[in-house]
Amino acid sequence: MITPIEIRSAPHVTGARTVEKIMRHVVWSLLPICAFFVFQYGLSALASIAVVTASCVLTERFFIRSGTQAGNLGDFSAVITGLLLALTLPPGFPLWMGAVAGVTAIALGKALFGGIGFNVFNPALIGRAFVQAAFPTAIASYTPSFIDGRFTEFIPTSLAWPLMLPPDTAAWLASKHLDALAGATPLAKWKFDGVLAGASELLTSLSGHMAVGPSPALILLCGAYLAIRRFMDWRIPAAILGSAGLTAWILFGLDPVRYPNPFFMLFSGGLILGALYMATDMATSPVTPKGMWVYGALIGLLTVVIRYYSGLPEGVMYAILIANAASPLIEKITQPTPFGKPTMAGFGRKRKGATYPLNPGYISREDAGAVTPKKRFLRNKPKKP
Amino acid sequence: MTTLTAPRSWDEFMEGVWRQNPLFVMVLGMCPALAVTVSAVNALSMGLATTFVLTCSCLLVSLLRKLIPKEVRIAVYIVIIATFVTVVDYAIQAISLALYDALGAFIQLIVVNCIILGRAEAHASKNPPLPAVINALGMSAGFTLGLFALGSVREILGAGTLFGVSLFGPNFQPWVVMLLPPGGFFVLGAWLLLFSWWARRGLGKPVKEAVEHV
Repeated sequence: MITPIEIRSAPHVTGARTVEKIMRHVVWSLLPICAFFVFQYGLSALASIAVVTASCVLTERFFIRSGTQAGNLGDFSAVITGLLLALTLPPGFPLWMGAVAGVTAIALGKALFGGIGFNVFNPALIGRAFVQAAFPTAIASYTPSFIDGRFTEFIPTSLAWPLMLPPDTAAWLASKHLDALAGATPLAKWKFDGVLAGASELLTSLSGHMAVGPSPALILLCGAYLAIRRFMDWRIPAAILGSAGLTAWILFGLDPVRYPNPFFMLFSGGLILGALYMATDMATSPVTPKGMWVYGALIGLLTVVIRYYSGLPEGVMYAILIANAASPLIEKITQPTPFGKPTMAGFGRKRKGATYPLNPGYISREDAGAVTPKKRFLRNKPKKP
Repeated sequence: MTTLTAPRSWDEFMEGVWRQNPLFVMVLGMCPALAVTVSAVNALSMGLATTFVLTCSCLLVSLLRKLIPKEVRIAVYIVIIATFVTVVDYAIQAISLALYDALGAFIQLIVVNCIILGRAEAHASKNPPLPAVINALGMSAGFTLGLFALGSVREILGAGTLFGVSLFGPNFQPWVVMLLPPGGFFVLGAWLLLFSWWARRGLGKPVKEAVEHV
């Protein structure tokens, strides 16, 4: 009997976890957060999520069909990009701008690099960064949550015609007996008016008409599910929240009047969502355990620095994008020591008196006694006529 | 690839417009292409200024090609180019001061535009005046078209106007990013993508047919 021998390249042993499975679970864990977002803002939030996700998926489909991008639609990664992007945008963001953000996210953030797994930056944040640069006023105009009749009517800005300015919401807010200031996010209120929201109110997002995203407590819960199922590495969110909290706590200790308390820093804005869902994107974060800590600490530190010392109220997006750019470098300097080697060569502790042989390729020809290594692979090179 | 129907000079001209387009194929002259293309008017006038300088310098270089010593040719080309740039500089200043302010230092910087020096070195210095001028005209037409393609898209999206005429009415939402430097890169990238896709689409056909015949 002849046994057929299959010849193939490594890896030969694979786990049960596939990209599709992980992505599917991320989508499921995002659904409660999206539901809460719709509960907060009603019809507009629902339309925003639907339009942004649809534009992401359609763009992905176009690039996969045209054969320029790896992956397939069934891996759900475009859906995740769409959902995350919609959650970072204001609920009353004009739908046509949402569609622009979705197309940009996939085209510039993903297809340009070759599709799933090749992207350098988080696609959702690329989309958000683009619309932030293109439409700075629209992306900063939040509306209060839990408005009466939110399930039967749109926020007027949502339905702006394509390419047209969104209408002013002041009159619409007045008809709801809310002043225009109610639309500011807690971070913007703190930055520009010096008003601080309480940590417990922020944690649940349930009280009053605060213009905030989904509740951080819920996001933490959904993220914990992913971390427990090992679909996400817990080190990155832990490092981000730890470093942001620590930096904010030190600054709060130095000057409690000028800087808000660390709880406000942690639970306001998009830090929790960014830490759990955006920074943990597998393609754009380091794979080495040590690198994850460095990467997370960098994001946390940058977020607090941008929030405190720049003109922008929120800094999570740029912090994550900068750390994404740094992550190949972080991986390079945090390579784990291979089994059997005492220390990393040329890095870390060196034994006293130990000699490290230098690669002959690195010795310049001027060095006395240097021998140029023989070229071994060019024997068949045709001779010059 | 000279066809029988089209005369050689037309082919030479189209070479610069299409197959060797300085902006989208050779990717030369990026400084003015990114910096002054915030509006269609700026882009077109930059293109016309470059056209004048390129054509005149190529003509002069071609006429003087046997007199210019090989060792100092670059310096001579630069002097010739700089002469015409000075002419353009004063001419624009006299015609429209607003345009002159909008284009800023980029008029003087035409001197160091590598398209012009490249044409003088690679073509005009080796060819008689007529082909040199035709080639220069083709190149500048390609450059002007490229600048206009960039400038019109950026002006339409960034301000909702084309040549200052409002296209979408007063309620247009301007895409701020398009008037900023990143917008220039985005639009340039998009055009490069479109151009290479277009060029490759034509190339792919004979290969496909050949495969089918086999």
